Parts: sequence; structure tokens; C-alpha cells
Amino acid sequence: MATLKELSKQDELLSGGHRLCAGCGIPPIVRLVLRAANGPVVATAATGCLEVGTTVYPYTSWRIPWIHSAFENAAATISGVETAYRVLKKRGRIPQDKNIKFVAFGGDGGTYDIGLQALSGALERGHNFLYVCYDNGAYMNTGIQRSSATPFTSNTTTSPAGEAIQGKQEWRKDLTRIVAAHNVPYAAQASPHNWADLSKKAEKALKVSGPSFLNVMSPCPLGWYTKSEDSIKWAKLSVDTCYWPLYEIENGILKVTYKPKEKKPLAEWLKPQGRFKHLFRPENQHLLEKFQARVDLEWQRLLDLDGKRL
Amino acid sequence: MAENKKKLLQGNEACVEGALYAGCRFYAGYPITPSTEIAEGMSVRLPRVGGKFIQMEDEIASIAAAIGASIAGLKSLTATSGPGFSLKQECLGYACLAEIPLVVVNVMRGGPSTGYPTGPSQADIMQAKWGTHGDHPVIAVTPSYVQEILSETVRAFNLAEKYRTPVIVLYDEIIGHMREPVTIPAPGELDVVDREKATCDADDYFPYDERYEIAPLAPFGAGYRFHVTGLNHRKDGFPTNDPRQIDLNNRRIMRKIDNHREEIWKNEETFLEDAEVAVFTLGSTARSARFAVNKAREAGIKAGLLRPLTIWPFPDRAVTELSKRVKAIIVPEMNLGQMTLEVERCSKKADVIGIHRVDGEPITPAQILDVIKKHK
Repeated sequence: MATLKELSKQDELLSGGHRLCAGCGIPPIVRLVLRAANGPVVATAATGCLEVGTTVYPYTSWRIPWIHSAFENAAATISGVETAYRVLKKRGRIPQDKNIKFVAFGGDGGTYDIGLQALSGALERGHNFLYVCYDNGAYMNTGIQRSSATPFTSNTTTSPAGEAIQGKQEWRKDLTRIVAAHNVPYAAQASPHNWADLSKKAEKALKVSGPSFLNVMSPCPLGWYTKSEDSIKWAKLSVDTCYWPLYEIENGILKVTYKPKEKKPLAEWLKPQGRFKHLFRPENQHLLEKFQARVDLEWQRLLDLDGKRL
Repeated sequence: MAENKKKLLQGNEACVEGALYAGCRFYAGYPITPSTEIAEGMSVRLPRVGGKFIQMEDEIASIAAAIGASIAGLKSLTATSGPGFSLKQECLGYACLAEIPLVVVNVMRGGPSTGYPTGPSQADIMQAKWGTHGDHPVIAVTPSYVQEILSETVRAFNLAEKYRTPVIVLYDEIIGHMREPVTIPAPGELDVVDREKATCDADDYFPYDERYEIAPLAPFGAGYRFHVTGLNHRKDGFPTNDPRQIDLNNRRIMRKIDNHREEIWKNEETFLEDAEVAVFTLGSTARSARFAVNKAREAGIKAGLLRPLTIWPFPDRAVTELSKRVKAIIVPEMNLGQMTLEVERCSKKADVIGIHRVDGEPITPAQILDVIKKHK
């Protein structure tokens, strides 16, 4: 793996000056992933914050070939691009030794929900690409609507905490495991606060032959109702409370890549976030306990699988 | 009697008020600009009245869920914009053929494709009619004011229930996001139509009974056993390859709308009695047109406005009659000539002049007034 010094010397492929919010988790994720390519790379992005925020006419932040097509089809678009590359290589139009990487980016809405069919199709067909989901836990680009990645009890504009319901009623979809069930060579969960872990996972993901997947926690000050300067702190706490465990599934073997020395209470991560404000009212104590119990259960399940073949 | 409540509302919020007034108790949707406020509003309001809001995983699922809820007996709504309306087209055709009452709101934004999500357009007028494949009946209503979004949403539900068909509420982003004072009608003030219920014996019930122009729709679970499919079907709903049956059913679903065009049409006429030049337009563009017509009158020009609140079925008769009386019909629209084609088709004598704009900016009164002056 490249050292921090080596990484810092590489070209920045996503330039500054983009219009993503201060404190947004997406830019550090994209930069770390693109650095790991260490060579020519082509990217596509689903409709969402990343697409909108990096391509405001007449500017683009992308110093690489980049395509946006629609909301639901980043994985399908990159399938076409990657296939064309293989054909061009076969016909001698691209040199045999030129190793181009293909990366698709999507938010949780464009990946867990509307884009899941395209993602599943691309994984099953076995295209040689990396899909990166930046998971900020809601449709932030359209104004904070719930997605199937939204955490339990989170207040969003379509799961509003009020008299009838206390935020989102459902548990979030376990997308990383769904991807792994496609028997892809590499799938992992990561977080931008642990840059070394994320870089290493991106390198591995880009090295394998076939599809790979990274699900990356992406703090969102707008939708989480948190301070911009604290984003990385909340990313770290999502991992230290084991809400967002860091692990990888490499050729079918699961490995937890970070185990907090001291597992923090979930409330430490939830309390500073405005989207969970209602959880700290006395009458909602049971929901907080339910949330903690589910996180404990999921974490234990993961530990039970650590080092095992799925 | 309760006094009517006056509120300052956004167009999309007025749509929520209209849907609830009409008795809508089910909403399935997906976030998309510039219609998301409808989903947000329904997510807050429906649980309070015992209704159900579901956010689905995409646009296709949203309309499919609304169809399912409607078959089960609830008045159902889904709302979307641009690309979302494209994704819903297959299910829209399904609802036409299966004859499922349903309201679909399309807040028109710039297109094609992702287009201009925060900018207005009126470029889905033809898509509303022809977006789904096959011959099919379409009803689309087109409000111009925030108050009218409320009342036209109620009318859309009434038409859907009465004619057992999906109805499209079509308005542009400008009025979707504009705020105006709105009077919430008191209960009973606006008509609310409920679908005809089946009352016959279960053995005698056929969901597509040819003896009716529009057969009653029994809610699922009410004791009537029947089949619903997107395949061409017989009167009991089961698929058929019989050419006679297919022909009969395809013609009947068209006829049930065609025969009632008079009741479905709704036009507003301003200064048309003695008009020599007329403007034909809808949505926010009609607001500019009204201003321009008033200015023309002040300048001594005999101008008038025909504003359709039902664009599908197209108001053929009103346009044809108008074209016999005026020298020119001006058709301003935020697209490259969709209504203009229809007006040309119906116009007998008058010249038809389109004014088109697709830069995401509204058509101004001055633009329309200039053309009126040229054709007075």
C-alpha cells in the first residue's frame, strides 16, 4: 500500500472549487479512491450530490474522463464503457498493456434503491469495475428524503418525526452483504476518517479481476444537522459505536478490519445529530434501546463471521 | 358552518390539500425535483387522517404501489417530474387498460433526460398523451394558479373515479413552487366523486362487463373474485387471443372517454366574444398571456384568451369554433411546438402562430404582446 507521503504526491483527480457543501464526506472519499487507481481511470456517477456538485457549467472538477447518464444506471453505464474498452483492446485500438480502471460512483439513493437493479446486473455479468457507494443515509440532493440506507428512527422529510411516527420505522438495508451475495471477488465497508483503511481497500478493489464494491460512510452536515467542521469526527464515531463496522469480504472470506478497543455507546454518535433529536425524549427511550440492541446484534454477528468463509 | 381557511401555499402544497380534500388516502412516491414537496406533504398529512404514505425504491414502484392500493379500494396518488414521468409510462398504460382509477401529478421541468431539474417547462404535453405505448385514453388537467392546483387535483380524482382511468395533473415548475393565497374549500363545497361500487351478486360480477360503458370496480377483498391483468382481456379480466374480444375492449376504453368529452373539457374564455386575435395557452404561460391580452385591449386591440384546463382530450371543438371567428391563434408554450400542432390540426381558417421557449425561462407578457400586435 502507498504511504501517506506517496499518496500526497499523486495528482489530485478531483479538483477543488467544486460546489459540494463544506463538511461533505464525498470529496475525500472520491479523492482517496481515485488515488488508489494509480493510473488511467474512467468514472461514471449516478444523479446525485456528487454529480451536481462537481459539474456546474462551465466547470468540471474531474481531471479524468467522466460520464453522467441518469439516476438508476451508473452501474449499467460503466458496464458499457468497460465492455467497449475490452473490445477496443481486442481489436488493437488500445494497447494490450494499458490497464484502465473503471469506477462508478453513486449515493445511497442511486445505489441501495433505484440503482440496485443495474448494480446487481453489472455484478452478475462480472464486469471489471469498482462501484463506490457514498452512503450519507438519505436523498440529500433533493432535500433529505429517506432511503433504504437511512438509519432506524432518523428524521427525514418523508419519514418525519412527529405524533404518528418517530422517524424512519425500518432498519437499513445491508447492501454490502447483498453485494457480497453476488460472489464478487471483493466487497468492503469503509469510512473516510480512516484514510489508510479506505485507501487499502480501494487498492485491493481496483486490483481484482471482476467487479468490486466499496460502501463508504459519508457524513452530511445538511441532512444530519451537524456542524461542518465535525464531519470526520462523526464518521469516526459511526465506526467506534459499531453502527458502521469496517470490514471486507475478499474471495468469500470475511474480515473485520477494525475493532474498536472500547465500543462506544450508540447514543454518543446519535445525540449530536439533529436528525435523531426526538430519540432523546424520555418517551422514546425504548427506541434508543431497540436501536442499540440491533447494533449490538449486528456487530456480534459480524464478529462471529470474522475470518470465516461465507 | 366552518369558515373557509385561507393559507399562503406553494403549488405543490395546494396539490396535497386537493388530494386530501378529494379523499385520497394512499400515496406512493419517490424524491424528484420539483415535485418532492408533494411527497413530503403527504408523508406528514396522510398518517393524521388514517391514510398511508409509502416512499418506494423508484418511480416505477411508486406508480405500481398506487395502482395496487387503488384496486384495493383507496383513492391513490403518485407525483413526479421529468425522468420520473418517463419511468412511470409503462404502468400508466397498464392502468389505462386495466381501468384503474389513479391520479398522477407531473410537475414539468426542463428536459429531455435530467434536463433542467429546477427550471420550468411545458414539454411533457405530448408525453402525457403518447408516453405509453398503444392506443389508450388520456385525461390530463392543467391548472394555472395555486388555488386551481387544489381544485383541479380534486377534479382529477373525480374524473379518475368516474371514468375508471388514470388522470394526469400537469403543471409547470413555476406554479408548482409559486406561493399564493389559497382558500381551503369547506367540506361539501367542491364535488367529490367516489367510484361506483359493485352491488350485484358475486357470480354476476364482471370487472369489464360489456353491458356497461364503465363497469363498477369491486375492491379486492370485498367478496368479488376477479382477475386483473395488463394483457388484453375478456369481461372477466382473463387474457384472451380472440380478435373480436380484443377489438371490443380496446374500442370501449377509448369510447368511454370520447363519449364524455363535453363533461371532461373545461375552458376559460377571456374577451373572446369580439376577439380578432386569440391566444391559446395553459399553465403559467396563460398568466403571461392574460396580462398581454389585457395590455392589448388597453391599446385598442381586440385580443382574447382561450385557456384549457383539460388539455387531454384536446379541446378540438372550442379551438375549431374559435378559428372560424378570429384571424389568428397565438400559441405560446414552453416547448418547441406541441400544442401548436394540435391547434393547427383543429384550426379551420385562422393562422396559427407558435411562441416557443426552451431555455428554462418563462414566456413573458411582452413576448406575447409583440406577436399579438403583429397579427391584430
